[in-house]
Amino acid sequence: MRMRTTLVAGLALSLGSLSAQQASTEALGGTLRAVIQLDAQAYVRDTVLDPQGDYYPDEKALGQGWALFTYERGNLRMGMRYENYQHAMLGFPTGYRGEGITYRYAQLRQGKFDLTFGNFFEQFGQGLVFRAYEERGLGLDNAMDGSRVVARLPKGITLKGVLGRQRVYFTKSEGILRGTDAEWALREALPFLNKAGVSLNLGASFVSKFQRGFDPLLNLPSNVGAWAYRLGANYRGLDLKAEYAYKINDPNSDNGYIYKPGEAFIATATYSKKGLGFLATVKRIDNFSFRSDRNAQQFDALINFIPPTGNLHTYALPALYPYATQINGEMGYQVDVNYLIPKKSALGGKYGTKLALSVASSQSIHRAPLEDGSFGDKGTQGYVSNVLTWGEIPYFRDVNFSISRKFSSKYKSQLTAYRLGYNKSVLADGLNDYAILAAPDSDSMIVVPAMVWEQQFALPNHQTLRTELQWSGGQGFRGAMAMFLAEYTLSESWVVAVQDIYNYGNPSESRRIHYPLLSVVHFDGPTRVQLGYGRQQQGIFCVGGVCRVVPPSNGLSLSLTTQF
Amino acid sequence: MWPGRFFWYLNQQGLDEPNPLTYLEGMKTLYTAAFTALCLALSAQSLPKMDVQTLEGAKVSISSLHQEGKPTIVSFWATWCKPCINELNAMAEHFEDLQSETGVTLIAVSIDDSRTSPKVAPFVAGQGWDYQVVLDPNSDLRRAMGVNNVPHTFLLNGAGEIVWQANKYVPGEEEVLISEVRKLK
Repeated sequence: MRMRTTLVAGLALSLGSLSAQQASTEALGGTLRAVIQLDAQAYVRDTVLDPQGDYYPDEKALGQGWALFTYERGNLRMGMRYENYQHAMLGFPTGYRGEGITYRYAQLRQGKFDLTFGNFFEQFGQGLVFRAYEERGLGLDNAMDGSRVVARLPKGITLKGVLGRQRVYFTKSEGILRGTDAEWALREALPFLNKAGVSLNLGASFVSKFQRGFDPLLNLPSNVGAWAYRLGANYRGLDLKAEYAYKINDPNSDNGYIYKPGEAFIATATYSKKGLGFLATVKRIDNFSFRSDRNAQQFDALINFIPPTGNLHTYALPALYPYATQINGEMGYQVDVNYLIPKKSALGGKYGTKLALSVASSQSIHRAPLEDGSFGDKGTQGYVSNVLTWGEIPYFRDVNFSISRKFSSKYKSQLTAYRLGYNKSVLADGLNDYAILAAPDSDSMIVVPAMVWEQQFALPNHQTLRTELQWSGGQGFRGAMAMFLAEYTLSESWVVAVQDIYNYGNPSESRRIHYPLLSVVHFDGPTRVQLGYGRQQQGIFCVGGVCRVVPPSNGLSLSLTTQF
Repeated sequence: MWPGRFFWYLNQQGLDEPNPLTYLEGMKTLYTAAFTALCLALSAQSLPKMDVQTLEGAKVSISSLHQEGKPTIVSFWATWCKPCINELNAMAEHFEDLQSETGVTLIAVSIDDSRTSPKVAPFVAGQGWDYQVVLDPNSDLRRAMGVNNVPHTFLLNGAGEIVWQANKYVPGEEEVLISEVRKLK
């Protein structure tokens, strides 16, 4: 009874404030949002795919889920996420075990200041020295737990300060992070720039990690600092972004515990006007692995993010040859051109025709032994490198061209051709430069030509059929493959898809097998339920500078996501 | 104690003396009104207080992009997301007509991270879109708006309240969105 009285009192009070403010959103305490996702898979023991049962999980079925709640009222925002893994599904980092609240925060905006306590994600510049982020679908989450202050000052100046430790699964990394960033949008301070339509941004960041070092042989630095400078300029469709970062000696498991300082540089220029887009990127990374735990591996405790050059391929077969930044050193470039042949022209047709060309290349940096003849040895400076000399080892090449055209209101089609160069030794087997330079024959660069033809047919009753025909070649490694996919949209709420990949050119005869997959997707308002059954081939998931091998599997999978 | 008195007071108007029946009626009204208000507060969501980046490199508040009194579509997408591009392309064919008819604007929020965000401007140019394209490179707005996967499209009415949303794109869905926009005219 008493509870009821309290409840009524609360409601009445809120109602009072509602009529007072005459606003709906902010009345009863603001806005609540939630996102929920559940995934589960029951595995089938498949003796063709996995003869020894190496990948078959003991649990037979695995499931995981999370729910994120965000509450906003006026200048206050709070949120939390609950996660559980019973246990993490195949392909997910095995570190995810158990359940709990892994993310909670309160954020307050007061005038120029924006304060966050608890967990937060943040990025300085392009992320060369600091980026806390999440890729839930891949199991990557290096959220900070600590505090953050952002000050938006007059004249276009923004200052940020962060302090805390990073998430590593259900624990936290040992190292403490301290970071600060300053950005100045000159346009807001200098009216003549604004008048001329020029945008100019300058920025600088500093990040330091603290982790005690105990080693019988090495004198490990407890504090490792890294800083970066950046520039952004924009004028009438012309845009330039450049960032340079430097890191003091940081012996870690990625670089083989060498004491060489690290450097990273990325510059991108783009030009865009309606119908034409152009991009050129150059970059050089030298010994730039930066983690809050010097012994961490894989996706764990990454402080920074070095964007890989090359495209993020979305079609299944080209995506089997992904590229990830080689954080210990790489040089690369990329050039993209996008062009729209105007609609209602002779070549462009009624709806216009889109052309895209992309060329990307990545190579090792130049490495030479130290004066005393040592090369990459633990406890030394490691190597010397000439900044402007290309290294000898090619890592990745990607040339692709696509043409896409809508022929009528009922039919459209896109054709893409690829030529990928994939250094299997480096990208799939994880050999380092020293090993390859010592035994040049160990290096295996595989050339993979590929084609994808996608078509979409509009059928009566608002139904749609989308098909993909894919082929990829290549000698050795995975061998040639052909794929067919048909996706049938029955209505707004039902989609059925069937696909098959046939690895007919696999070097090993026993692995020239089919990978069929059937999936049904149902949409009900904000809820999406997907049911799938079939084989998944061994793949590689890459995020930023790191890749993870996804084991092959066969089974029934269920995925549910909803929100309010 | 207090709410009872409160309603007793409200019900006093036009009545000679407190009546237990009126009191009960008042409670019922209170519950109903409170429940309605709660539902209203939870459903009438608007844009969160959050900054995004323009393609020119400036930071702007997402709510400042909403034009008062005009419907606004906020569409989350990425250069690597095929269905997103299909959706924005499908909308592009109708957009000019729809805009002159309803005054609608479309804000295309790219969640491309620093790997692919430099590609956004040239990519958009190559698609020939007339949308206001902004960047959310560390997914801050995405998280704040409860966007799990892309594509995810919100429709806001003239008052800036979310009146419709879809967390998918299947071919033909643009027609649903267009009819929803027309309802707001």
